[in-house]
Amino acid sequence: MRVLISFLVGSVFGLGLLVSGMTDTTKVQGWLDVFGNWDPTLAFVMMGAIIPMAIAWLFSVGRKPVLANAFPARPEPSVGRNLVLGSTLFGMGWALSGLCPGPAIASLGFGGVGGLLFLGAMLAGMVVAPGVRLRLDRVAAAV
Amino acid sequence: MPIDWIMGLAGGVLIGLAAALFLLVNGRIMGASGIIGDLVDGSGRHDWLERAALIAGLVLVPGIAAFATGGSETNLTGNWAVIIASGLLVGVGTRLANGCTSGHGVCGISRLSLRGIVATAFYIGAGGLTIVIFRHVLGVI
Repeated sequence: MRVLISFLVGSVFGLGLLVSGMTDTTKVQGWLDVFGNWDPTLAFVMMGAIIPMAIAWLFSVGRKPVLANAFPARPEPSVGRNLVLGSTLFGMGWALSGLCPGPAIASLGFGGVGGLLFLGAMLAGMVVAPGVRLRLDRVAAAV
Repeated sequence: MPIDWIMGLAGGVLIGLAAALFLLVNGRIMGASGIIGDLVDGSGRHDWLERAALIAGLVLVPGIAAFATGGSETNLTGNWAVIIASGLLVGVGTRLANGCTSGHGVCGISRLSLRGIVATAFYIGAGGLTIVIFRHVLGVI
């Protein structure tokens, strides 16, 4: 049942990305292009997504998930080096192509060779990430 | 264009409903980089089938919907060097930060998570600066 729900979640997520236009890299780059031809669409997408999710979080208080024992614990509100550096690197990559992980996967069916190339590079980046994290820790410990 | 904004809002609601369903039923955070990244590094091996099912829906449904409605365009750059650099940065960055637009942006901000808000500020800020440099100064993208 959890597997079926997961498939349904991926399906609705993907449909939402397609409908919202977030699989179109020009819209994403347009959102980031504040000093050029700015496109505010992404703000509407975020607003539309955050509202149902905020209601879901509120609803989850004092309850249990239908098919799990507990809701994910709230992470420590710590803003560390990895969060800041990682988000900065991610933002740079996001801007260069206009793709982030969700839309990159959702557009595989029509994204052509370029989309596959991006996915391959992204997966390679994910493979080396633990090593990068370890090296950063070592550098930080030595300083 | 207002029609794009309305479609954006409607699509956004679908994304939010998907995330809400994943949370309330499976008790999980719908973060794209985590769902696929934990498969890459092996930490998500125990529930690989759920992850694979989500990814399958994420690939198949928009693919079929795009095909059924006459195709869709990603308008991705044809510059392979840019694509590879972009993919590597997105892969490393989202794993270091433990989340991307869906995990930190949608799921984090909606519970007023400090980490989600800070991450989103940094990736949008870095993205905006990258567009200034690579589009308006260097003219690469």
